[in-house]
Amino acid sequence: MALLQTVDLKRYFGETRAVDNVNLAIEEREFVSLVGPNGAGKTSLINVISALLAPESGKIIFKGEDITHLSVTQRVKAGIARSFQIVNVFDDLTAFDNVALAIFSREGKTARLGTLAHLDGDVIREADGILEQFGLAAKRGDNGRDLAQGERKLLDVALAYALKPKLLFLDEPTSGVSTRDKGQIMDTIASVVRGEGITAVIVEHDMDVVFKYSDRIVVMAQGAILAQGTPDEIRKNEQVAMTLLGTSGPDAFTRKD
Amino acid sequence: MPAARLGPSLPMVLAAAAPVIVAFALLPRIVDLYQTELLIYGLTFAIAALGFNLLLGYTGLLSFGHSAYFGMGAYTVAFIVRDLHVQSMELCILGGLLSTLVLSALFGYVCVRHTRIFFSILALALSQVVWSLAYKFFWVTGGTDGIRVPRTGVTLLAGLIDFKGSGSYQKFVYSYYYYVLVLFVVAAAVMWVIVHSPFGKALQAIRDNETRAGFVGIRVRRYRWIAFVISGCFTGLAGALWVPLNGLTTPEILYWPFSGEIVFMTVLGGFRTFTGPIVGAIAFNYLKVYAVASSQYWQLVLGCVLVVLVMVLPTGIVGTLARLAGKLRRR
Repeated sequence: MALLQTVDLKRYFGETRAVDNVNLAIEEREFVSLVGPNGAGKTSLINVISALLAPESGKIIFKGEDITHLSVTQRVKAGIARSFQIVNVFDDLTAFDNVALAIFSREGKTARLGTLAHLDGDVIREADGILEQFGLAAKRGDNGRDLAQGERKLLDVALAYALKPKLLFLDEPTSGVSTRDKGQIMDTIASVVRGEGITAVIVEHDMDVVFKYSDRIVVMAQGAILAQGTPDEIRKNEQVAMTLLGTSGPDAFTRKD
Repeated sequence: MPAARLGPSLPMVLAAAAPVIVAFALLPRIVDLYQTELLIYGLTFAIAALGFNLLLGYTGLLSFGHSAYFGMGAYTVAFIVRDLHVQSMELCILGGLLSTLVLSALFGYVCVRHTRIFFSILALALSQVVWSLAYKFFWVTGGTDGIRVPRTGVTLLAGLIDFKGSGSYQKFVYSYYYYVLVLFVVAAAVMWVIVHSPFGKALQAIRDNETRAGFVGIRVRRYRWIAFVISGCFTGLAGALWVPLNGLTTPEILYWPFSGEIVFMTVLGGFRTFTGPIVGAIAFNYLKVYAVASSQYWQLVLGCVLVVLVMVLPTGIVGTLARLAGKLRRR
Protein backbone atom coordinates (compact mmCIF):
# COMPACT_ATOMS: atom_id res chain seq x y z
CA MET A 1 0.00 0.00 0.00
CA ALA A 2 1.26 3.47 -0.85
CA LEU A 3 2.29 5.69 2.07
CA LEU A 4 0.35 8.60 0.58
CA GLN A 5 -2.39 8.55 -1.96
CA THR A 6 -4.47 11.39 -3.32
CA VAL A 7 -7.77 10.53 -4.94
CA ASP A 8 -9.27 12.97 -7.46
CA LEU A 9 -7.86 15.87 -5.47
CA LYS A 10 -9.05 19.30 -6.60
CA ARG A 11 -8.31 22.85 -5.57
CA TYR A 12 -9.40 25.79 -7.69
CA PHE A 13 -8.76 29.50 -7.31
CA GLY A 14 -11.71 30.96 -9.18
CA GLU A 15 -11.24 29.85 -12.78
CA THR A 16 -7.69 28.67 -12.16
CA ARG A 17 -7.35 24.96 -11.63
CA ALA A 18 -4.38 24.85 -9.27
CA VAL A 19 -4.89 21.17 -8.44
CA ASP A 20 -7.04 19.38 -10.94
CA ASN A 21 -8.08 15.78 -10.30
CA VAL A 22 -4.71 14.71 -9.04
CA ASN A 23 -4.26 11.01 -8.33
CA LEU A 24 -0.81 10.60 -6.88
CA ALA A 25 0.70 7.67 -4.99
CA ILE A 26 3.93 7.95 -3.00
CA GLU A 27 5.58 4.75 -1.83
CA GLU A 28 7.46 4.45 1.43
CA ARG A 29 11.14 5.54 1.35
CA GLU A 30 10.77 7.04 -2.13
CA PHE A 31 12.54 10.25 -3.09
CA VAL A 32 10.10 11.86 -5.49
CA SER A 33 10.57 15.13 -7.36
CA LEU A 34 7.63 17.25 -8.34
CA VAL A 35 8.46 19.38 -11.37
CA GLY A 36 6.60 21.61 -13.76
CA PRO A 37 6.51 25.16 -15.10
CA ASN A 38 5.54 28.05 -12.85
CA GLY A 39 1.87 27.84 -11.95
CA ALA A 40 1.71 24.10 -12.62
CA GLY A 41 0.22 23.51 -9.16
CA LYS A 42 3.19 21.89 -7.40
CA THR A 43 3.15 24.10 -4.32
CA SER A 44 -0.66 24.13 -4.27
CA LEU A 45 -0.66 20.33 -4.23
CA ILE A 46 1.74 20.31 -1.28
CA ASN A 47 -0.31 23.00 0.45
CA VAL A 48 -3.46 20.90 0.10
CA ILE A 49 -1.78 17.70 1.32
CA SER A 50 -0.21 19.50 4.29
CA ALA A 51 -3.54 21.25 5.16
CA LEU A 52 -2.41 24.79 4.43
CA LEU A 53 -5.20 24.82 1.82
CA ALA A 54 -8.49 22.95 1.94
CA PRO A 55 -9.36 20.88 -1.16
CA GLU A 56 -12.54 21.48 -3.16
CA SER A 57 -13.03 17.75 -3.36
CA GLY A 58 -11.11 14.50 -3.35
CA LYS A 59 -9.41 12.47 -0.67
CA ILE A 60 -5.98 12.29 0.91
CA ILE A 61 -5.08 8.87 2.26
CA PHE A 62 -2.01 8.63 4.49
CA LYS A 63 -0.88 5.30 5.97
CA GLY A 64 -4.26 3.89 4.97
CA GLU A 65 -6.24 6.57 6.86
CA ASP A 66 -8.33 9.33 5.34
CA ILE A 67 -6.71 12.55 6.56
CA THR A 68 -8.58 14.94 4.26
CA HIS A 69 -10.29 16.72 7.13
CA LEU A 70 -7.48 16.70 9.65
CA SER A 71 -5.94 20.00 10.78
CA VAL A 72 -2.33 21.04 10.21
CA THR A 73 -1.24 19.91 13.68
CA GLN A 74 -3.10 16.61 13.36
CA ARG A 75 -1.31 15.91 10.08
CA VAL A 76 2.02 16.81 11.69
CA LYS A 77 1.28 14.36 14.52
CA ALA A 78 0.34 11.75 11.90
CA GLY A 79 3.81 12.11 10.39
CA ILE A 80 3.67 14.72 7.63
CA ALA A 81 6.17 17.59 7.76
CA ARG A 82 7.20 20.21 5.27
CA SER A 83 9.56 23.04 4.49
CA PHE A 84 8.54 26.15 2.59
CA GLN A 85 9.32 27.81 -0.74
CA ILE A 86 9.89 31.11 1.08
CA VAL A 87 11.98 30.34 4.16
CA ASN A 88 9.72 29.91 7.15
CA VAL A 89 11.71 29.67 10.36
CA PHE A 90 11.42 31.38 13.74
CA ASP A 91 13.50 34.48 13.07
CA ASP A 92 13.85 35.68 16.66
CA LEU A 93 14.82 32.27 18.02
CA THR A 94 18.32 30.85 17.68
CA ALA A 95 18.99 28.03 15.23
CA PHE A 96 19.29 25.80 18.29
CA ASP A 97 15.94 26.95 19.72
CA ASN A 98 14.28 26.43 16.33
CA VAL A 99 15.28 22.79 16.19
CA ALA A 100 14.79 22.17 19.93
CA LEU A 101 11.26 23.53 19.71
CA ALA A 102 10.37 21.00 16.99
CA ILE A 103 11.75 18.22 19.20
CA PHE A 104 9.78 19.46 22.23
CA SER A 105 6.67 19.49 20.07
CA ARG A 106 7.29 16.00 18.69
CA GLU A 107 7.80 14.67 22.21
CA GLY A 108 4.60 16.35 23.43
CA LYS A 109 6.59 18.51 25.84
CA THR A 110 5.52 21.97 24.68
CA ALA A 111 2.57 21.95 27.06
CA ARG A 112 4.94 21.83 30.03
CA LEU A 113 5.16 25.19 31.74
CA GLY A 114 6.73 24.17 35.01
CA THR A 115 10.04 22.82 33.70
CA LEU A 116 12.98 24.71 32.27
CA ALA A 117 13.61 24.00 28.60
CA HIS A 118 17.33 24.45 28.88
CA LEU A 119 17.67 21.68 31.46
CA ASP A 120 16.31 18.96 29.16
CA GLY A 121 19.50 17.10 28.31
CA ASP A 122 17.90 14.68 25.83
CA VAL A 123 16.47 17.50 23.74
CA ILE A 124 19.73 19.47 23.88
CA ARG A 125 21.73 16.48 22.67
CA GLU A 126 19.30 15.70 19.87
CA ALA A 127 19.09 19.32 18.72
CA ASP A 128 22.88 19.54 18.70
CA GLY A 129 23.02 16.34 16.64
CA ILE A 130 20.54 17.62 14.06
CA LEU A 131 22.37 20.93 13.70
CA GLU A 132 25.57 18.93 13.18
CA GLN A 133 23.91 16.79 10.49
CA PHE A 134 22.76 19.88 8.64
CA GLY A 135 26.10 21.63 8.94
CA LEU A 136 24.66 24.34 11.19
CA ALA A 137 26.52 23.50 14.40
CA ALA A 138 28.66 26.64 14.17
CA LYS A 139 25.50 28.77 13.85
CA ARG A 140 23.54 27.30 16.73
CA GLY A 141 23.59 30.52 18.74
CA ASP A 142 22.62 32.76 15.83
CA ASN A 143 19.05 33.94 15.42
CA GLY A 144 17.13 32.67 12.40
CA ARG A 145 17.09 36.13 10.83
CA ASP A 146 20.92 36.41 11.04
CA LEU A 147 21.64 33.29 8.99
CA ALA A 148 22.64 33.34 5.32
CA GLN A 149 19.98 32.30 2.80
CA GLY A 150 21.44 28.82 2.31
CA GLU A 151 21.65 28.29 6.06
CA ARG A 152 18.08 29.47 6.50
CA LYS A 153 16.97 26.98 3.85
CA LEU A 154 18.79 24.21 5.69
CA LEU A 155 17.31 25.29 9.01
CA ASP A 156 13.85 25.24 7.43
CA VAL A 157 14.44 21.62 6.41
CA ALA A 158 16.07 20.76 9.76
CA LEU A 159 12.96 22.02 11.57
CA ALA A 160 10.77 19.67 9.55
CA TYR A 161 13.26 16.82 9.90
CA ALA A 162 13.40 17.23 13.70
CA LEU A 163 9.74 16.17 13.79
CA LYS A 164 10.88 12.71 12.58
CA PRO A 165 8.21 12.60 9.90
CA LYS A 166 7.25 9.61 7.77
CA LEU A 167 6.69 11.92 4.82
CA LEU A 168 8.65 15.11 4.21
CA PHE A 169 7.70 17.73 1.64
CA LEU A 170 10.49 20.07 0.59
CA ASP A 171 9.30 23.05 -1.40
CA GLU A 172 12.18 24.38 -3.48
CA PRO A 173 14.89 23.85 -0.84
CA THR A 174 17.56 25.36 -3.09
CA SER A 175 15.70 28.37 -4.47
CA GLY A 176 17.47 31.67 -3.95
CA VAL A 177 20.82 30.10 -3.11
CA SER A 178 23.95 30.22 -5.24
CA THR A 179 24.71 27.43 -7.72
CA ARG A 180 27.76 26.56 -5.64
CA ASP A 181 25.70 26.08 -2.45
CA LYS A 182 22.90 24.23 -4.24
CA GLY A 183 24.81 20.94 -4.56
CA GLN A 184 25.97 21.11 -0.96
CA ILE A 185 22.45 21.73 0.34
CA MET A 186 20.98 18.90 -1.73
CA ASP A 187 23.78 16.51 -0.70
CA THR A 188 23.06 17.30 2.95
CA ILE A 189 19.32 16.89 2.54
CA ALA A 190 19.60 13.68 0.50
CA SER A 191 22.03 12.05 2.90
CA VAL A 192 19.90 12.88 5.96
CA VAL A 193 16.63 11.85 4.31
CA ARG A 194 17.95 8.62 2.81
CA GLY A 195 19.93 7.80 5.94
CA GLU A 196 16.78 7.93 8.07
CA GLY A 197 14.59 6.19 5.48
CA ILE A 198 12.23 9.17 5.24
CA THR A 199 9.92 9.41 2.27
CA ALA A 200 10.58 12.75 0.59
CA VAL A 201 8.71 14.76 -2.01
CA ILE A 202 10.69 17.68 -3.33
CA VAL A 203 9.56 20.55 -5.53
CA GLU A 204 12.49 21.66 -7.66
CA HIS A 205 13.13 23.60 -10.85
CA ASP A 206 16.75 22.64 -11.41
CA MET A 207 16.52 19.51 -13.59
CA ASP A 208 20.15 18.56 -12.89
CA VAL A 209 19.26 18.35 -9.20
CA VAL A 210 16.03 16.49 -10.00
CA PHE A 211 17.71 13.87 -12.20
CA LYS A 212 20.57 13.37 -9.76
CA TYR A 213 18.61 12.75 -6.55
CA SER A 214 15.17 11.41 -7.52
CA ASP A 215 13.89 7.84 -7.54
CA ARG A 216 10.84 9.04 -9.42
CA ILE A 217 9.79 12.28 -11.07
CA VAL A 218 6.23 13.57 -11.28
CA VAL A 219 5.64 16.27 -13.88
CA MET A 220 2.72 18.64 -13.40
CA ALA A 221 1.16 21.11 -15.80
CA GLN A 222 -1.97 23.23 -15.33
CA GLY A 223 -2.79 21.54 -12.03
CA ALA A 224 -2.72 17.99 -13.40
CA ILE A 225 -0.14 15.24 -13.60
CA LEU A 226 1.35 15.25 -17.08
CA ALA A 227 3.76 12.35 -16.69
CA GLN A 228 5.64 10.37 -14.09
CA GLY A 229 8.49 7.89 -14.17
CA THR A 230 12.13 7.27 -13.38
CA PRO A 231 14.68 9.96 -14.24
CA ASP A 232 15.60 8.05 -17.42
CA GLU A 233 11.99 7.77 -18.51
CA ILE A 234 11.36 11.45 -17.92
CA ARG A 235 14.58 12.44 -19.69
CA LYS A 236 13.34 10.66 -22.79
CA ASN A 237 9.78 11.99 -22.63
CA GLU A 238 9.40 14.54 -25.42
CA GLN A 239 6.12 15.92 -24.10
CA VAL A 240 7.80 16.66 -20.78
CA ALA A 241 10.77 18.31 -22.52
CA MET A 242 8.40 20.41 -24.58
CA THR A 243 6.44 21.49 -21.48
CA LEU A 244 9.42 22.23 -19.29
CA LEU A 245 11.93 23.50 -21.83
CA GLY A 246 9.90 24.48 -24.83
CA THR A 247 12.05 22.20 -26.95
CA SER A 248 12.29 18.46 -27.51
CA GLY A 249 14.72 15.91 -28.89
CA PRO A 250 16.78 13.07 -27.45
CA ASP A 251 19.22 15.33 -25.60
CA ALA A 252 16.89 18.18 -24.68
CA PHE A 253 17.73 18.00 -20.98
CA THR A 254 21.49 17.93 -21.50
CA ARG A 255 21.76 20.37 -24.44
CA LYS A 256 23.12 23.74 -23.35
CA ASP A 257 21.64 26.22 -25.81
CA MET B 1 32.43 23.74 20.78
CA PRO B 2 30.38 26.07 22.99
CA ALA B 3 26.91 24.68 23.52
CA ALA B 4 24.15 27.22 22.94
CA ARG B 5 21.54 27.12 25.65
CA LEU B 6 17.80 27.52 25.43
CA GLY B 7 17.98 29.92 28.36
CA PRO B 8 20.31 31.55 30.87
CA SER B 9 21.89 29.45 33.59
CA LEU B 10 19.98 29.29 36.87
CA PRO B 11 22.91 30.28 39.16
CA MET B 12 23.55 33.38 37.03
CA VAL B 13 19.91 34.43 37.26
CA LEU B 14 19.86 33.89 41.02
CA ALA B 15 23.13 35.81 41.36
CA ALA B 16 21.63 38.73 39.42
CA ALA B 17 18.27 38.65 41.21
CA ALA B 18 19.52 38.26 44.79
CA PRO B 19 21.11 41.75 45.17
CA VAL B 20 18.01 43.38 43.69
CA ILE B 21 15.73 41.51 46.11
CA VAL B 22 18.00 42.42 49.04
CA ALA B 23 18.00 46.06 47.91
CA PHE B 24 14.19 46.08 47.77
CA ALA B 25 14.07 44.47 51.22
CA LEU B 26 16.28 47.25 52.62
CA LEU B 27 14.54 50.15 50.87
CA PRO B 28 11.89 50.83 53.57
CA ARG B 29 14.74 51.43 56.03
CA ILE B 30 16.16 54.11 53.75
CA VAL B 31 13.12 55.84 52.25
CA ASP B 32 10.16 57.43 54.05
CA LEU B 33 6.68 56.04 54.48
CA TYR B 34 5.26 57.77 51.41
CA GLN B 35 8.02 56.46 49.17
CA THR B 36 7.46 52.97 50.59
CA GLU B 37 3.80 53.25 49.71
CA LEU B 38 4.71 54.30 46.17
CA LEU B 39 6.96 51.28 45.93
CA ILE B 40 4.07 48.99 46.90
CA TYR B 41 2.02 50.50 44.09
CA GLY B 42 4.97 50.01 41.75
CA LEU B 43 5.36 46.36 42.73
CA THR B 44 1.66 45.56 42.27
CA PHE B 45 1.68 47.22 38.85
CA ALA B 46 4.87 45.27 38.07
CA ILE B 47 2.98 42.00 38.65
CA ALA B 48 0.27 43.20 36.26
CA ALA B 49 2.85 44.25 33.65
CA LEU B 50 4.67 40.91 33.96
CA GLY B 51 1.41 39.12 33.23
CA PHE B 52 0.53 41.49 30.41
CA ASN B 53 3.93 40.96 28.81
CA LEU B 54 3.39 37.21 28.56
CA LEU B 55 0.85 38.16 25.90
CA LEU B 56 2.59 41.13 24.29
CA GLY B 57 6.29 40.30 24.50
CA TYR B 58 6.16 36.52 24.38
CA THR B 59 3.01 35.69 22.41
CA GLY B 60 2.77 38.76 20.17
CA LEU B 61 -0.77 39.72 21.23
CA LEU B 62 -1.48 43.33 22.19
CA SER B 63 -4.39 43.45 24.64
CA PHE B 64 -6.13 46.75 25.29
CA GLY B 65 -8.42 45.07 27.79
CA HIS B 66 -6.30 44.10 30.77
CA SER B 67 -8.07 46.62 33.01
CA ALA B 68 -10.88 44.04 33.16
CA TYR B 69 -8.69 41.46 34.92
CA PHE B 70 -7.05 44.00 37.22
CA GLY B 71 -10.50 45.33 38.12
CA MET B 72 -11.94 41.85 38.52
CA GLY B 73 -9.24 41.01 41.07
CA ALA B 74 -9.87 44.29 42.89
CA TYR B 75 -13.66 44.06 42.91
CA THR B 76 -13.63 40.42 44.01
CA VAL B 77 -11.53 41.34 47.06
CA ALA B 78 -13.91 44.22 47.75
CA PHE B 79 -16.96 41.93 47.51
CA ILE B 80 -15.34 39.31 49.76
CA VAL B 81 -14.45 41.88 52.42
CA ARG B 82 -17.76 43.78 52.25
CA ASP B 83 -20.26 40.97 51.71
CA LEU B 84 -18.62 37.88 53.16
CA HIS B 85 -16.85 39.78 55.96
CA VAL B 86 -13.72 37.76 55.27
CA GLN B 87 -10.59 39.50 56.55
CA SER B 88 -7.87 37.08 55.52
CA MET B 89 -5.92 38.61 52.64
CA GLU B 90 -4.89 35.11 51.53
CA LEU B 91 -8.54 34.10 51.05
CA CYS B 92 -9.21 37.39 49.29
CA ILE B 93 -6.32 36.75 46.89
CA LEU B 94 -7.56 33.23 46.26
CA GLY B 95 -11.01 34.58 45.45
CA GLY B 96 -9.53 37.26 43.21
CA LEU B 97 -7.47 34.71 41.34
CA LEU B 98 -10.43 32.35 40.85
CA SER B 99 -12.72 35.07 39.52
CA THR B 100 -10.02 36.36 37.19
CA LEU B 101 -9.32 32.83 36.01
CA VAL B 102 -12.96 32.40 35.02
CA LEU B 103 -13.21 35.83 33.37
CA SER B 104 -9.95 35.54 31.43
CA ALA B 105 -10.81 31.99 30.35
CA LEU B 106 -14.14 33.23 28.96
CA PHE B 107 -12.81 36.41 27.32
CA GLY B 108 -9.64 34.68 26.16
CA TYR B 109 -11.64 31.92 24.46
CA VAL B 110 -13.30 34.59 22.32
CA CYS B 111 -10.28 36.86 21.80
CA VAL B 112 -7.64 34.30 20.74
CA ARG B 113 -9.71 33.41 17.68
CA HIS B 114 -8.36 36.66 16.27
CA THR B 115 -4.98 38.32 16.02
CA ARG B 116 -3.47 41.78 15.49
CA ILE B 117 -5.90 44.73 15.64
CA PHE B 118 -8.95 42.46 15.80
CA PHE B 119 -7.61 40.81 18.95
CA SER B 120 -6.79 44.18 20.51
CA ILE B 121 -10.19 45.71 19.78
CA LEU B 122 -12.08 42.64 20.93
CA ALA B 123 -10.12 42.59 24.20
CA LEU B 124 -10.90 46.29 24.64
CA ALA B 125 -14.59 45.85 23.87
CA LEU B 126 -15.01 42.98 26.31
CA SER B 127 -13.23 44.90 29.06
CA GLN B 128 -15.66 47.76 28.54
CA VAL B 129 -18.57 45.38 29.07
CA VAL B 130 -17.18 44.70 32.56
CA TRP B 131 -16.64 48.43 33.10
CA SER B 132 -20.23 49.25 32.13
CA LEU B 133 -21.55 46.54 34.47
CA ALA B 134 -19.56 48.00 37.36
CA TYR B 135 -20.69 51.49 36.39
CA LYS B 136 -24.39 50.76 35.96
CA PHE B 137 -25.13 48.11 38.61
CA PHE B 138 -24.49 50.59 41.39
CA TRP B 139 -26.60 48.65 43.93
CA VAL B 140 -24.01 45.87 43.69
CA THR B 141 -20.83 47.70 42.81
CA GLY B 142 -21.46 51.09 44.37
CA GLY B 143 -21.37 52.70 40.89
CA THR B 144 -18.95 55.61 40.62
CA ASP B 145 -18.57 55.66 44.43
CA GLY B 146 -17.03 52.22 44.23
CA ILE B 147 -16.49 49.91 47.19
CA ARG B 148 -14.32 50.79 50.16
CA VAL B 149 -11.79 48.24 51.41
CA PRO B 150 -10.34 49.76 54.57
CA ARG B 151 -6.96 48.50 55.63
CA THR B 152 -8.47 47.73 59.04
CA GLY B 153 -10.74 45.27 57.24
CA VAL B 154 -7.96 42.93 56.17
CA THR B 155 -5.41 40.78 57.96
CA LEU B 156 -2.22 39.23 56.66
CA LEU B 157 -0.82 35.73 57.13
CA ALA B 158 -4.11 34.15 58.23
CA GLY B 159 -4.80 36.79 60.88
CA LEU B 160 -1.29 36.99 62.36
CA ILE B 161 -0.99 40.63 61.34
CA ASP B 162 -3.91 43.05 61.63
CA PHE B 163 -4.10 46.81 61.34
CA LYS B 164 -6.34 47.98 64.11
CA GLY B 165 -5.43 50.57 66.73
CA SER B 166 -2.96 53.44 66.80
CA GLY B 167 -0.07 53.55 64.34
CA SER B 168 -1.97 51.18 62.09
CA TYR B 169 -1.24 53.15 58.92
CA GLN B 170 2.53 52.90 59.41
CA LYS B 171 2.25 49.24 60.39
CA PHE B 172 0.11 48.55 57.34
CA VAL B 173 2.51 50.20 54.87
CA TYR B 174 5.60 48.40 56.19
CA SER B 175 3.89 45.01 56.61
CA TYR B 176 2.12 45.24 53.31
CA TYR B 177 5.31 46.26 51.55
CA TYR B 178 7.02 43.01 52.54
CA TYR B 179 3.86 41.03 51.86
CA VAL B 180 3.63 42.41 48.32
CA LEU B 181 7.40 42.09 47.82
CA VAL B 182 7.29 38.36 48.63
CA LEU B 183 4.34 37.82 46.32
CA PHE B 184 6.06 39.86 43.62
CA VAL B 185 9.21 37.71 43.90
CA VAL B 186 7.12 34.53 43.73
CA ALA B 187 5.14 35.88 40.75
CA ALA B 188 8.33 36.93 38.93
CA ALA B 189 9.94 33.53 39.60
CA VAL B 190 6.84 31.70 38.33
CA MET B 191 6.74 33.88 35.22
CA TRP B 192 10.46 33.36 34.63
CA VAL B 193 9.96 29.59 34.72
CA ILE B 194 6.97 29.86 32.39
CA VAL B 195 8.78 31.90 29.73
CA HIS B 196 11.82 29.61 29.89
CA SER B 197 9.74 26.43 29.79
CA PRO B 198 9.02 24.52 26.58
CA PHE B 199 5.58 26.18 26.71
CA GLY B 200 7.24 29.61 26.82
CA LYS B 201 9.39 28.70 23.85
CA ALA B 202 6.26 27.61 21.99
CA LEU B 203 4.66 30.99 22.71
CA GLN B 204 7.71 32.77 21.30
CA ALA B 205 7.50 30.59 18.21
CA ILE B 206 3.83 31.54 17.80
CA ARG B 207 4.80 35.21 18.16
CA ASP B 208 7.50 34.88 15.49
CA ASN B 209 5.65 32.79 12.95
CA GLU B 210 2.27 31.30 13.75
CA THR B 211 2.00 29.43 10.45
CA ARG B 212 5.26 27.62 11.04
CA ALA B 213 4.37 27.03 14.68
CA GLY B 214 1.37 25.06 13.45
CA PHE B 215 3.63 23.11 11.11
CA VAL B 216 5.83 21.99 13.99
CA GLY B 217 2.73 20.67 15.70
CA ILE B 218 1.93 23.49 18.14
CA ARG B 219 -1.79 24.07 18.70
CA VAL B 220 -1.58 27.80 18.23
CA ARG B 221 -5.04 28.84 19.42
CA ARG B 222 -4.96 26.64 22.53
CA TYR B 223 -1.54 27.92 23.54
CA ARG B 224 -2.63 31.51 23.05
CA TRP B 225 -5.65 30.83 25.22
CA ILE B 226 -3.53 29.36 28.01
CA ALA B 227 -1.19 32.36 27.79
CA PHE B 228 -4.20 34.68 27.94
CA VAL B 229 -5.52 32.99 31.09
CA ILE B 230 -2.12 33.08 32.83
CA SER B 231 -1.72 36.71 31.82
CA GLY B 232 -5.18 37.54 33.16
CA CYS B 233 -4.50 35.77 36.46
CA PHE B 234 -1.27 37.70 37.05
CA THR B 235 -3.13 40.94 36.36
CA GLY B 236 -5.96 39.83 38.66
CA LEU B 237 -3.46 39.10 41.43
CA ALA B 238 -2.11 42.63 41.01
CA GLY B 239 -5.65 44.03 41.27
CA ALA B 240 -6.32 42.00 44.41
CA LEU B 241 -3.14 43.32 46.04
CA TRP B 242 -3.83 46.88 44.93
CA VAL B 243 -7.26 47.35 46.47
CA PRO B 244 -6.42 47.28 50.23
CA LEU B 245 -3.55 49.66 49.51
CA ASN B 246 -5.79 52.03 47.61
CA GLY B 247 -8.60 51.60 50.13
CA LEU B 248 -11.23 51.83 47.41
CA THR B 249 -12.05 50.35 44.05
CA THR B 250 -14.09 52.26 41.47
CA PRO B 251 -15.10 51.59 37.84
CA GLU B 252 -12.18 53.81 36.82
CA ILE B 253 -9.86 50.86 37.29
CA LEU B 254 -11.91 48.91 34.73
CA TYR B 255 -11.99 51.72 32.19
CA TRP B 256 -9.90 51.48 29.02
CA PRO B 257 -7.34 54.20 29.89
CA PHE B 258 -6.05 51.93 32.66
CA SER B 259 -5.51 49.19 30.05
CA GLY B 260 -3.50 51.81 28.18
CA GLU B 261 -1.45 52.47 31.30
CA ILE B 262 -0.52 48.78 31.55
CA VAL B 263 0.57 48.91 27.90
CA PHE B 264 2.51 52.11 28.65
CA MET B 265 4.31 50.53 31.63
CA THR B 266 5.36 47.53 29.56
CA VAL B 267 6.53 49.56 26.58
CA LEU B 268 8.34 52.02 28.84
CA GLY B 269 10.42 49.23 30.39
CA GLY B 270 10.79 47.23 27.19
CA PHE B 271 8.52 44.39 26.17
CA ARG B 272 11.23 42.28 24.57
CA THR B 273 12.97 41.72 27.90
CA PHE B 274 11.85 39.86 30.98
CA THR B 275 12.71 42.65 33.43
CA GLY B 276 11.47 45.48 31.19
CA PRO B 277 7.84 45.44 32.38
CA ILE B 278 8.98 45.41 36.04
CA VAL B 279 11.20 48.45 35.56
CA GLY B 280 8.54 50.10 33.39
CA ALA B 281 5.76 49.62 35.96
CA ILE B 282 7.79 51.10 38.82
CA ALA B 283 9.07 53.96 36.66
CA PHE B 284 5.59 54.68 35.28
CA ASN B 285 4.10 54.83 38.76
CA TYR B 286 6.64 57.46 39.83
CA LEU B 287 6.22 59.32 36.56
CA LYS B 288 2.46 59.49 36.91
CA VAL B 289 2.48 60.40 40.60
CA TYR B 290 4.94 63.27 40.09
CA ALA B 291 3.29 64.40 36.85
CA VAL B 292 -0.09 64.57 38.62
CA ALA B 293 1.46 66.43 41.57
CA SER B 294 3.32 68.93 39.44
CA SER B 295 0.84 69.85 36.74
CA GLN B 296 -2.85 69.82 36.02
CA TYR B 297 -1.83 68.88 32.48
CA TRP B 298 -0.31 65.59 33.62
CA GLN B 299 -1.94 63.62 30.78
CA LEU B 300 -0.09 65.93 28.38
CA VAL B 301 3.19 65.22 30.19
CA LEU B 302 2.61 61.45 30.02
CA GLY B 303 1.63 61.74 26.35
CA CYS B 304 4.85 63.59 25.54
CA VAL B 305 6.87 60.99 27.42
CA LEU B 306 5.19 58.24 25.40
CA VAL B 307 5.94 60.00 22.10
CA VAL B 308 9.58 60.51 23.08
CA LEU B 309 9.79 56.94 24.29
CA VAL B 310 8.52 55.46 21.04
CA MET B 311 10.77 57.69 18.93
CA VAL B 312 13.97 57.62 21.00
CA LEU B 313 13.79 54.43 23.07
CA PRO B 314 11.71 51.97 21.02
CA THR B 315 13.16 49.05 22.98
CA GLY B 316 12.29 50.68 26.32
CA ILE B 317 14.50 51.46 29.30
CA VAL B 318 15.83 47.92 29.80
CA GLY B 319 16.15 47.22 26.08
CA THR B 320 18.20 50.40 25.63
CA LEU B 321 20.39 49.66 28.65
CA ALA B 322 20.98 46.12 27.40
CA ARG B 323 21.98 47.48 23.98
CA LEU B 324 24.38 49.99 25.53
CA ALA B 325 25.87 47.29 27.78
CA GLY B 326 26.35 45.09 24.71
CA LYS B 327 28.18 47.93 22.92
CA LEU B 328 30.44 48.51 25.92
CA ARG B 329 31.29 44.80 26.14
CA ARG B 330 32.27 44.69 22.47
CA ARG B 331 34.72 47.60 22.90
